[in-house]
Amino acid sequence: MTTATGRQIPDRLTSPLSRALKSWEALLLVVAVAIFIANSLASPYFLDPWNLSDASFNFTEKAMIAFAMAMLIIAGEIDLSVGSIIALASTVMGAAAAAGMGTPALVVLGLGTGLVCGAFNGLLVARFGLPSIVVTIGTMSLFRGISYIALGDGAYTTYPDSFAWFGQGYVWWVITVELVIFALAALAFGILLHRTNFGRMVYAIGNNATAARFSGIRVEKIRFILFLLTGLMSGIASICLTSRLGSTRPSIASGFELEVVTIVVLGGVSILGGSGSIAGVVLAALVMGLVTFGLGLLNVPGIVMSIIMGLLLISVIALPRLWTMLRK
Amino acid sequence: MSILKSREAILAFAILALLALIASRFPGFVTPGNLARVLTDTSPLILLALGQMAVILTKCIDLSVAANLALCGMIAALMNGAGVPLPLILLAVIALGAALGAVNGLMVWKLGIPSIVVTLGTMTIYRGTIFLLTGGAWINAHQMSEGFKAFPRTIIAGLPVMTWIALAVVAGVAVLMNRTALGRAFHAVGGNPHAAVYTGISVGRTQFAAFVLAGALAGLTGYLWVARYAVAYVDIAGGFELDVVAACVIGGIAIAGGSGTVAGCVMGALFLGIIKNALPVVGISPFWQMAISGAAILVAIAFNATSQRESGRIILKQAEHRT
Repeated sequence: MTTATGRQIPDRLTSPLSRALKSWEALLLVVAVAIFIANSLASPYFLDPWNLSDASFNFTEKAMIAFAMAMLIIAGEIDLSVGSIIALASTVMGAAAAAGMGTPALVVLGLGTGLVCGAFNGLLVARFGLPSIVVTIGTMSLFRGISYIALGDGAYTTYPDSFAWFGQGYVWWVITVELVIFALAALAFGILLHRTNFGRMVYAIGNNATAARFSGIRVEKIRFILFLLTGLMSGIASICLTSRLGSTRPSIASGFELEVVTIVVLGGVSILGGSGSIAGVVLAALVMGLVTFGLGLLNVPGIVMSIIMGLLLISVIALPRLWTMLRK
Repeated sequence: MSILKSREAILAFAILALLALIASRFPGFVTPGNLARVLTDTSPLILLALGQMAVILTKCIDLSVAANLALCGMIAALMNGAGVPLPLILLAVIALGAALGAVNGLMVWKLGIPSIVVTLGTMTIYRGTIFLLTGGAWINAHQMSEGFKAFPRTIIAGLPVMTWIALAVVAGVAVLMNRTALGRAFHAVGGNPHAAVYTGISVGRTQFAAFVLAGALAGLTGYLWVARYAVAYVDIAGGFELDVVAACVIGGIAIAGGSGTVAGCVMGALFLGIIKNALPVVGISPFWQMAISGAAILVAIAFNATSQRESGRIILKQAEHRT
């Protein structure tokens, strides 16, 4: 990782309009629209509102986590344990449901488990100064491992009827509960990152943590809060996913971390930290959702889609670098 | 150097304590015959951990090793099905593994993409490729030739060939790390990349070499794995990359690069191998293993961090240290 991180000062100011047109987000929007048109031409079933509503499940749960992950990556950290947090939270909720608890208690437990897991990651990274990659590789094993201890090869399949609302309910017409949660989360994280002091501090830490500390930012505290937020969003995603599937196995949401990181990176967030936007992440989630839905309509198997995700993740980062390399 | 020595000593002591604990209730576990079986069972982990060690020494990480292993194992099984002789298969899997490692290495070296992103991506691509090759079909024992299956299990001087291969690779990597310019370059690049450049070492090329080594070992292990368990399918060694990283971290390979020894790495793998083999003996469900290796990673990095309190500038040292 020998990339130069120095910044260049442009010799001419660009107008806000041309900058917006050339931005990564604009490119993503064009891609999303193109895929949308291509899909509606490729399959007659694509434009059906109910189909599109069903397809939104492809990205809503992952995107909820991606918002928090985007802030974490902008701050120069990463959390690979999100899929395992979902598994553990789902297991806790499943055990509670089996013990006869009602929906409100399940929601509290799901959110609580997410927060505890996030706090655990945050404590190890922020308080003890351990590298987040290894910490979360460790907790990725630990959290899902606890699910395996609790469940083995079994499953929890009984949930209260009212619990199904989160993953299967509709707020109005084809608008699912998950879509509403997704939109609210996008709004909340957009405001948090782009309109508050907290958001500015996150960028500052990602660009230069030492300088941020010397300018009075409490770096550890912010890092801890970011891990807490990622845990919380994983808890919410776990409630949605568990409610939608109606069952819990220890292998639930395996590989989510890859797709969440892919959404974040596709959304134009620098993997080295310091730059990125929530709007980009929203668009990237839509692109991912449209691609998977379109491929699904064409009967492409899931594992082939995961190859495409892997290629997408690498090429999104590689192509701009190749481009600048070739231009030199 | 004394810290490094003492860390390996602590690890050796931990392994002995673990063995003593198990032996106190199940003396049969520590008989030479059973310990040899544990060593054989841990050989794939040792092989992959040695490659991962080189990668981690250069400040990178390779999450694609298990997928590489699975792909090379499947290729070996397919070649065997096509009647290719065993020596050729061995050469082919090592070459293929090295090539897959080279893909990772090139993207890290030439494009400067963080290794975690590259290998997170290639992990799914390599494993997905197995599905593309086979359509998800399994290759079972009866579809493999006897010679193909027997080679890793052939007993020479009391130990199976697979174990001898692992021991030979341990010796080879030990020589590479301690007696060659490349081995020193691995340490130098991870210890201080800027200083390494000034001494004429190419950081990117050294990282590339580490990925190729890790890939070649994964390819070799792919054949051994498939032949030993006599089955090949898409999901073999799923999640094994986490065990491999765990073995390195437990073995005291600093995740920030530059520090770590072959002995520590091997002991880290053995520590996990002993736990894995002891769980069913002690009567604990094998489902505990994932959580235990996760906990072991966390304990090991916490321990590594506390024993690495470096000296340096006094002014604002604490602030500097934490970032």
